[in-house]
Amino acid sequence: MNAEKLIQLHGLTKRYGSGDAAFLALRGVDLTIQRGEFVAVMGPSGSGKSTLMNLLGCLDTPTAGSYLFKGIAVEHLNKDQRSLLRRHALGFIFQGFNLLARTSALENVELPLLYRGYSRKQRHEMAREALAQVSLSDKERNTPAELSGGQQQRVAIARAIVTQPDTLFADEPTGNLDSQTTVEIMELLHRLNTDRGISIIMVTHEDEVAACARRIIHVRDGLIYQDTKKES
Amino acid sequence: MIFNALLIAIREIRRNLTRSFLTVIGIVIGVAAVITMVTLGRGATETVKQQISKMGNNLLVLRPGQGWGGGAPLFSLRDVEAIRDQVPGIASVAPFVSSNAQIIYQEKSSSFDVQGTTSNYFEIANWKVGSGRFFTDQEVAESSPVCVIGESIRKELFGEGVDPVGSKIRVKTMTLEVVGVTAVKGQGGFGDDLDDNVITPYTTVIHRLSGRQGGKNFNQVMISGNQGYPGANIVADVSALMRERRKITANEEDNFNVFDSLQLAEVISSSTKVMTSLLGAVAGVSLLVGGIGIMNIMLVSVTERTREIGIRLAIGARAREVLLQFLVEAVTLSCIGGVSGIALAYGLCSTLAEVVGAPFLFDPKINIIAFVFSAAIGILFGFMPARRAASLDPIDALRHE
Repeated sequence: MNAEKLIQLHGLTKRYGSGDAAFLALRGVDLTIQRGEFVAVMGPSGSGKSTLMNLLGCLDTPTAGSYLFKGIAVEHLNKDQRSLLRRHALGFIFQGFNLLARTSALENVELPLLYRGYSRKQRHEMAREALAQVSLSDKERNTPAELSGGQQQRVAIARAIVTQPDTLFADEPTGNLDSQTTVEIMELLHRLNTDRGISIIMVTHEDEVAACARRIIHVRDGLIYQDTKKES
Repeated sequence: MIFNALLIAIREIRRNLTRSFLTVIGIVIGVAAVITMVTLGRGATETVKQQISKMGNNLLVLRPGQGWGGGAPLFSLRDVEAIRDQVPGIASVAPFVSSNAQIIYQEKSSSFDVQGTTSNYFEIANWKVGSGRFFTDQEVAESSPVCVIGESIRKELFGEGVDPVGSKIRVKTMTLEVVGVTAVKGQGGFGDDLDDNVITPYTTVIHRLSGRQGGKNFNQVMISGNQGYPGANIVADVSALMRERRKITANEEDNFNVFDSLQLAEVISSSTKVMTSLLGAVAGVSLLVGGIGIMNIMLVSVTERTREIGIRLAIGARAREVLLQFLVEAVTLSCIGGVSGIALAYGLCSTLAEVVGAPFLFDPKINIIAFVFSAAIGILFGFMPARRAASLDPIDALRHE
């Protein structure tokens, strides 16, 4: 496995509120994730795993500590710089799919490309290719309301990978899906990880889903208390 | 970046057609109202000007008494000559005597205004030959029994399609030969018929009809000012001359009045202009209300679309791109409203112009102003919602239900 470091956290701390109401969501997390890893983050609610995901996904800034993403110190980036980092290196998959309503699958997948200044033709080509990778070529004209939950999540995955990101962040990607569809989505994510080398960091509370990952991190009370790597 | 924002904005507008339509309708009505009011106002002003110019070229009329009151002395031929010779800036002067009389042609008869004047009256009062000819100076000098009739009289006494030139009509005890018909003037500024006069040499009226000879016979003096010469000067000079001739002392009031058609035109058109600006301002308020409508719906839309904004931010949209998107959306909507408003105004104006009988004057200036104004309203009222959208935090926005 490529041993290049993707993510390095040192003493990452996140505090919400101030004074007596202050609450430490993360209490100095140290973590290193290599490029190409498939990591599942688990933990009870309130454990700080969502906060950790937001920080890793460059959606939020830490109160203290450092976060190096591909060598870039994320804690020093401003809002717009973090936007550009997300635009160019990250893809997001959400529990609720978060597709634009009344908008075709193709246009949903094109959405990130609109912010990257591709031509109409390029956008169409890239979006069609991404939809083909999630086996939804025949549904490109359908709106989310005309798609099943699993199909919607596959559109969301196509949207996340259309920009060829290094890393996918998946927040409970199967939380709204039945077990059959869950298997399909996890196979898809697994394939993206192994075939295309995309690093995946996924939050889940289901053991079967986490079992697809090669590394499982348990978070509790704002700290990593268990970090298991599967030997492959 | 602007082009991208426009693309995204158009997709959003298309995605929410009903909402977009409701947003735009205020602007449509506002723009249409402003343009319609201003265009119709201009048409009305133009109509008034046209109708007043029908009365004559730079026409001034000297009348006895003040206002409509009678009893004041009439004017003599000497008065007419004095005005012609002593008042500067005058192109032409015609004495004028008019009275109502029964006109008979074969078995038909009706009452019309019989006007005695000189041949230069036709030019002063802007009459054109419809058929036949006008009477001549020679005929005036000889008190010839000739007359020129208006189109309304021709219709009433002779019927459709009959040429009355050469026919004889009876006025009181006298027989007059019709030598010409005046071209149609239509309605005057007060809705009166301008084509129901019998015009004949004043000498004929005085010698054969009224029986009065010499002295003060004329109940009007028609004066035509030189083109561009101020009518107010002529009014002042004629007044001074008449006061002198009538020996009116400084503390007595005029027993005559001078009516200036140009002044009347100015007064009427300036009052229609005030009306037009007032109506335009009221319509402008409705445009402003339309703009507030856009802001209102955009604000609601930002709240409703918080999640969408969250998605955009998460996949890497910068705050300024979200701001631009919402701003461009508001401006696009208001511009669509502006264009639709112009189209609606065009339809309204052409229909209403026909209904009120005013000419339809399409003014590109007011259309451009209304369009630019609606675009400006888009920017003005789109900015606050856009800034609110741009300031959203991606995590909160994504969590928003």
